Amino acid sequence: MNRQRLRGLIRKEALQILRDPSSIAIAFIMPFVLLLLFGYGVSLDARHVPIALVAAHPTAQTSGFFSGFQQSPYFRPRAYADIGAARQALMSGRVDAIIWLRSDFTRRALSGGSAPIGVIANGVNANNARIIEGYVQGVWASWLAAQARERGESLVVPVDVRSRVWFNPALRSHDYLVPGLIAVVMTLIGALLTALVVAREWERGTMEALIASPATIAEILVGKLVPYFFLGMGGMGLTVVMAVVVFAVPLVGSLWVLFLCAALFLLTALGMGLLISTIARNQFVAGMIALVTTYLPAFILSGFIFDIHSMPWPIRILTHIIAARYFVSTLQTLFLAGDVWPVIARNMAALAVIAVFFLVAVARISHKRLD
Amino acid sequence: MDWYRVQALVVKEFLALLRNKASRMVLIGPPVIQLVVFSYAATFSLNNIPIAIYNEDAGGAARQLIARFQGSPYFSIGRMLKSGRRIKDIISNKKVLLVLRIGPRFSRDLALHRTARVEVLVDGRNSNTGLIALNTVDAVIQAFSVHWADTHGSRAAPAVLVTRAWFNPNLRSRWFIVPGVVGLLTLVVALLVTGLSVAREREAGTFDQLLVTPLGPWEILFGKALPGFLIGGLEATLIIVVAILWFRVPFMGSVLALYLGLFLFLLAAIGVGLAISSASATQQQGLLGVFLFLVPAVILSGFATPIANMPLPVQYLTYLNPLRYFLIILRGVFLEGDGIAILWAQYIPLVAIGLVTMTLATWLFRRRLT
Repeated sequence: MNRQRLRGLIRKEALQILRDPSSIAIAFIMPFVLLLLFGYGVSLDARHVPIALVAAHPTAQTSGFFSGFQQSPYFRPRAYADIGAARQALMSGRVDAIIWLRSDFTRRALSGGSAPIGVIANGVNANNARIIEGYVQGVWASWLAAQARERGESLVVPVDVRSRVWFNPALRSHDYLVPGLIAVVMTLIGALLTALVVAREWERGTMEALIASPATIAEILVGKLVPYFFLGMGGMGLTVVMAVVVFAVPLVGSLWVLFLCAALFLLTALGMGLLISTIARNQFVAGMIALVTTYLPAFILSGFIFDIHSMPWPIRILTHIIAARYFVSTLQTLFLAGDVWPVIARNMAALAVIAVFFLVAVARISHKRLD
Repeated sequence: MDWYRVQALVVKEFLALLRNKASRMVLIGPPVIQLVVFSYAATFSLNNIPIAIYNEDAGGAARQLIARFQGSPYFSIGRMLKSGRRIKDIISNKKVLLVLRIGPRFSRDLALHRTARVEVLVDGRNSNTGLIALNTVDAVIQAFSVHWADTHGSRAAPAVLVTRAWFNPNLRSRWFIVPGVVGLLTLVVALLVTGLSVAREREAGTFDQLLVTPLGPWEILFGKALPGFLIGGLEATLIIVVAILWFRVPFMGSVLALYLGLFLFLLAAIGVGLAISSASATQQQGLLGVFLFLVPAVILSGFATPIANMPLPVQYLTYLNPLRYFLIILRGVFLEGDGIAILWAQYIPLVAIGLVTMTLATWLFRRRLT
């Protein structure tokens, strides 16, 4: 590789970037806007869930049970006189669940026990329904304990579960979603930066001019990569600062490891963009391929929001070729758990393999096209 | 409007889209592949969560409890620990999501009618999965508890929860996700077809040729929108058929309500695509515009995370998003059996968005003419 030629090529690409402000907008404005929008828009913490409370025969017992819902920050309860009206509200989406105490609730609770408490949830959003059921269970358990205290007996539950959550004790979904979002946003930015670059040169015919020059394919590719790499790292730095400052996500791991991993990941994203535009040679097709192969796979298959273990095995295997998968796992670990080397080293090795694969593939295909 | 002229333009647009093998492929292949892959992948239900058990108790009760975890499809017991030293390691290294620790006095406490304790240690890095796993562990232990109380003569609790879920009794998240994927991919296809159509001609220089033809600006836009409707409608139909026949998502509502929704959604999405395309001078700008619209549209639609969880200002922002309304229509028609009468509140905003974006597209188009 000839130093001087390389420097010339890098200078040419850098000038091209500076002349067309859209690349700079992609690298800096897009991550800023997207992270802000995602950070506030994506949340799995249900608060103030609207629920209907129905007591067929209101007594001190039923209102005692309902008071737990009124005090809970998770619910916004509304009383309904009868179950018919509550069903109507559930149907029309005004409430997400119904808590229904039948007319024999008080009698059975005071005598034999096992009075049924009807919980009817709208199951359309299954995840939300499950979270609501968990909250209802919490209210019910503390009501049971209060009842036992009132009667002066200790509550004997056969098994009591003590749970401890590591790395994110408050289970704040923001703390794991924001690091994952960095990976999704940077996948997009990295591929967008380079996806059209080579395709545009082919379309305009300037690629032939570059090839006719004494520069080798490797030099041309490195010349294209270097300026976009620095641009991308700038955007990456911006997102990390935003995660810590705006979203108050704790950064437990060390900064240099974070940037090492980020650099590796950016190489895979840029490499993928270059590969797409080298194969397509046509801006329309390159743009379309970039659209369908970057954003949605990074969003759905990276484990950022949907758990990878729960996917069927063919899909699990497929996730191994998604670079974002390794970066999401690395970022979540670095932000919340610290420098856990067994996890980080594994992910970095995978990212390195993918980066090398993309770059070698780009070089190979470009060679072939010359013939 | 002269139909004959528009017809010729539509034929030309179809040829431009479908003549090139690569662009034919990107239009038809990925949506179907993505439907299948994403529908299987996007699940909030837990399966095969790797866990470890550290059992310090030699009694039979602990074995019964472990058997319940072995029988559960939600967990796969990766290892049985012999000592507590490795707990921290295997959780940090992501070998397991949680460790269940049964103390040495578990069976003895149960036999003496005292409360026996079980400790659960969870990896909170993905707090949603952690929370669901914790709830599932709770449910398994509660079932064990109730069974133990029944068979060993403890006093019954004063009241018990009887839980039912409407519209989706087994809480399958696939029933929630697949209609969402239908909306998502319809949006992608509509934007793909229209988002670059004007910009491409402008960059290639054929736009000027189009302008010197007798076609008026409205006719040109109509000719550019029609392929979007046809391709978007056909692909959406294909995806809906796959959702019903392959994924067995129940279809409870009316076909008419669904297709009215689809038509209005395509109107809004194509309006957005044409507006982006008319505003941009190059394909790169067009692509950037498509991305800048698509990415927030997916996040702010309620596809994966509920709109109700967002802060209020962001919730207001979602009212501008056509996908938001279409997802309500899709889920309503599929799972809740909604008809046109219930969904009219979703149709009206789609019509409004469609009219505004189409007008904007015409205006941008004309402005670029002069």
